[in-house]
Amino acid sequence: MKNKLFPILIISTSILFVLRLFWVQLININDVQLSNKNSVQRIYNYPERGYIFDRNNNLLVENKPYYDLMIIPKDLKEIDTIEFCKILKIEKSILIEKIDKSKKFSYIKPSAFLSQISKSDYAIIQEKLWKYKGFYIQRKSNRNYLLNSASNILGYISEVNDYEIKDNSYYESGELIGRQGVEKAYEKQLRGTKGVSYYQKDKFNRITGLYKEGIYDTIFSPANDITLTIDLNLQTYGDSLMINKFGSIIAIEPNSGEILSLINAPTFDPNLLIGRDRSKNYINLKNDTIGKPLFDRGLQGQYPPGSTFKLVNALIALQENVINEKTIILCNLGHYYSKNRFMKCHCEIGTRNNLNKAIYNSCNTYFANIYKQTIEKFPNAGAGIDHWKEHVSSFGLGNYLGYDHPTGSPGLIPDSKYYNKWYPNGKWKAATTISNGIGQGEILTTPIQLANLTATIANRGWFKTPHLVKAISNNSITKDFTIKRHTTIDSIHYEKVIQGMFNVIEKGSAQNAKIKGINVVGKTGTAENFIKINGKRLQLTDHSIFIGFAPKNNPKIAIAVFIENGYWGTRWAAPIASLMMEKYLNKKINRKYLENYIINGNLMEEYLKPYLNSNFKINE
Amino acid sequence: MNIKKIDWLSIVILCFLILLGLINIYSSAHTNLLDSMFSLKHPFGKQCLFIIASIILFFLVQLFPFKFFEKFASISYVLSIISLLGLFVFGKSISGATAWYQIFGFGIQPSEFAKPITALALAKYLSDFNSNIKTIKTQFYSFLIILIPIILIFLQGDPGTTLVFLSFFLVFYKIGLPSIYLNLFIGFIGLFFLTILFNKQIIIISIFFLSLLLISYMKRKKKSIKKIIMYSFVFSAFTLSVDFIFNNIFEQHHRDRFNIVMGLQEDNRGVGYNTNQSRIAFASGGFFGEGFLEGSQTKGSFVPEQHTDYIFSTVGEEWGFLGASLVIFLFSYLMLRISKRAELQRNLFSKIFAYSTVTIIFTHFFINIGMVLGLVPTIGIPLPFFSYGGSNLLGFTLLFSIYIKLDSQRTSKW
Repeated sequence: MKNKLFPILIISTSILFVLRLFWVQLININDVQLSNKNSVQRIYNYPERGYIFDRNNNLLVENKPYYDLMIIPKDLKEIDTIEFCKILKIEKSILIEKIDKSKKFSYIKPSAFLSQISKSDYAIIQEKLWKYKGFYIQRKSNRNYLLNSASNILGYISEVNDYEIKDNSYYESGELIGRQGVEKAYEKQLRGTKGVSYYQKDKFNRITGLYKEGIYDTIFSPANDITLTIDLNLQTYGDSLMINKFGSIIAIEPNSGEILSLINAPTFDPNLLIGRDRSKNYINLKNDTIGKPLFDRGLQGQYPPGSTFKLVNALIALQENVINEKTIILCNLGHYYSKNRFMKCHCEIGTRNNLNKAIYNSCNTYFANIYKQTIEKFPNAGAGIDHWKEHVSSFGLGNYLGYDHPTGSPGLIPDSKYYNKWYPNGKWKAATTISNGIGQGEILTTPIQLANLTATIANRGWFKTPHLVKAISNNSITKDFTIKRHTTIDSIHYEKVIQGMFNVIEKGSAQNAKIKGINVVGKTGTAENFIKINGKRLQLTDHSIFIGFAPKNNPKIAIAVFIENGYWGTRWAAPIASLMMEKYLNKKINRKYLENYIINGNLMEEYLKPYLNSNFKINE
Repeated sequence: MNIKKIDWLSIVILCFLILLGLINIYSSAHTNLLDSMFSLKHPFGKQCLFIIASIILFFLVQLFPFKFFEKFASISYVLSIISLLGLFVFGKSISGATAWYQIFGFGIQPSEFAKPITALALAKYLSDFNSNIKTIKTQFYSFLIILIPIILIFLQGDPGTTLVFLSFFLVFYKIGLPSIYLNLFIGFIGLFFLTILFNKQIIIISIFFLSLLLISYMKRKKKSIKKIIMYSFVFSAFTLSVDFIFNNIFEQHHRDRFNIVMGLQEDNRGVGYNTNQSRIAFASGGFFGEGFLEGSQTKGSFVPEQHTDYIFSTVGEEWGFLGASLVIFLFSYLMLRISKRAELQRNLFSKIFAYSTVTIIFTHFFINIGMVLGLVPTIGIPLPFFSYGGSNLLGFTLLFSIYIKLDSQRTSKW
């Protein structure tokens, strides 16, 4: 052992070293890729972010250049501070403070010294900048929104956060990413793919030439412009109708599923979320807990659909052969749906309703009855309600619809599991769930689901998934949005329901929605709702709901209007929907009195009520 | 002087290594200089000067009579210790170590010369017919000979050179030091790392079971059982103290270096920066290398200390796996050759000196390349004959020239 000590040590060490060399030079080289090499500097070439147009090729979103004055503290030399402050238009104390701040951030890495410098200031600074070592100008580009609403549709862009960098290898610190809306949903198409050039660099960060004659360099692939399905005129008209009201208007072109307008009120200017004051503005918007402008009521808000849901129950009952259009049900200011349990209705004593009349009178008794009969057609309530849910789900209710916008809510359509949880051991029956018959109770829908339901009725039995994008760089959209999705209801049944909806406008609850020369069909709804303030459950004024489409034959626009605490459907939702239809179909409004009444309508007092006084009256 | 007996092959290999080192120094120091290559402000120019000085030193050593080195071993050892002591007064600090005298613009590092001189002193003391390494007395004096420079150099903040002096234990072992020292030493080093990696309780329990296993295996031999119990007791005590040593005696930057090598901590910016940059250099070298003056990491001067301690990463990047393996081969061939000739040496003084020569070169080789390849914690120590540096080159030349001189007298009679 002693004689062999040196040979053993030397040979084993050498073998170990050669194996290690083999490992670090030939095998395990992936974790030290080109990108990690300090001696190679990557410089990205970004394609200009895609523009966004409305359906009539009006430009909605473009890019605008701006300039950042960057600083690298390690390169700083003594400077003429008086002149420098003068050209930058800042105080000397701010200059010193900012230099300290950048040093704290990093001594060697560049950071923004002054951001978003205007073009004219840029010209002055650029001329003198050679005197100031350690400073340079970086040209950047940001969004410019050419409209002051629709922020819920468009979204915004901002710098990627650490989580996104970790999650997606494409992004690097300081790059911009789409947030919310179309900017997020179509991020890949709008941004294109950046190109990269590699440069050889020495340790003083000086570029000494292209790395390996540029063999690794790539050129960027251009971004795509996007054409929305939104009609700018209709969208802005909707915004004007929603002044001083909270809620949502969603209009869909029934035969294509294209969303013509997606109005969320209160809205805000998308330009608030770009530029220097972005975070301040964002906090202000977030802190508005009454108006909640960041909450998309049209996509995220889940509300009971109220009487509008009676249409779905009618269609299911027809399909299940529980009724036909001649079936008559008697209503006496309501009815007992179970022992000692009475459901009120506004029909006078002895009113005999058939389907048509029940729809335009919105008779609770009629729809509660046919719902109960539908469920009871099956051996037990569980099987009945599951079958009923199958029908409801085919309208796209109770689930995310699959539209091309990143936010949304599923809504809720209860099934047997749901009731078994609340009433264990099967201690529930059809009568327990009777509220579903009139769209109250457990059912929750979002306004876009109601708009889609309307489009489905307009199409007599099918819909195409609603979507916001019509074309991407003139290429058509994916198949998901072009295939017809049929409901479980035969199309002959729709005509009977539509006839009832027509009479809602002609002689029913929404006669103020009538438009001269256009056959409008629709259905009003009113939804009870509650709020919790300081742990106390308070009932608020009902939500005003209207769904409808026009013209009756060959429909061009299907619409759902939802006005928070607007009381019954006729008061706000129906006239708003009708004005939207008139605007879209006739391009101008003849009913100026109605338009003025709506635009000047103000519900702000209603919204502030629960916050100002604990004893307030509702449904005034 | 017998020209035929001179170890010519070793000299050829050495010249080749020095030349390769020079080429890589040229490359490493290529970009950031505006002066002419041969200017004395340039590492390349300076290294050329050092090489010339080394050649002169080599021939000078060959001119001295053989007996000279034995005679003057003690006095030169004392002078060397004095020069190390003088550093506390006149020394200049470079990157944390007070190891330099500044004379005429050149930095002189006395510890580099202390290595061959201590080797001479040890050889002289241990080859004396009164010495027997198996006795406590001889052990005490020989430990003292290396302990004095160890303490001085450690206090001057140069852990790398301290380790080189510690490696003289290998020489003691070669000439008959009882194996208990080496066993304890290896055991301590291994336990040190294991304790940092694992829980100390786990280590002690495994020591306990391991010794139980060994005892049951060797039922009959009472002596071995006693030994095993003693070892396991000492090792357990050491394990318990490691926690304390690591957390209280070591400083944070030492702990960081250990943790990085053992993969307990990742850091590519701070302490681990050198290692990471050198890893990148190796990876971009690939099999054939990027070529002379083409290494992008080298060109950008990203690997710190690349012409000195990290010179091997230049080899890796510019000459690839092939070039780096060649350098490793040359070093190991040289060391094997010297150790083989040492075994054949009949003169004990020459034999011990040759052992020391191998040990010193090996320790440098092991720590330096191990560090550059990320196998050993970052410890600043040059690669012999290869790294830039005058004292280092001259010190090693002195060591090597004396070895050549003593080796050429192999068969001469006393």
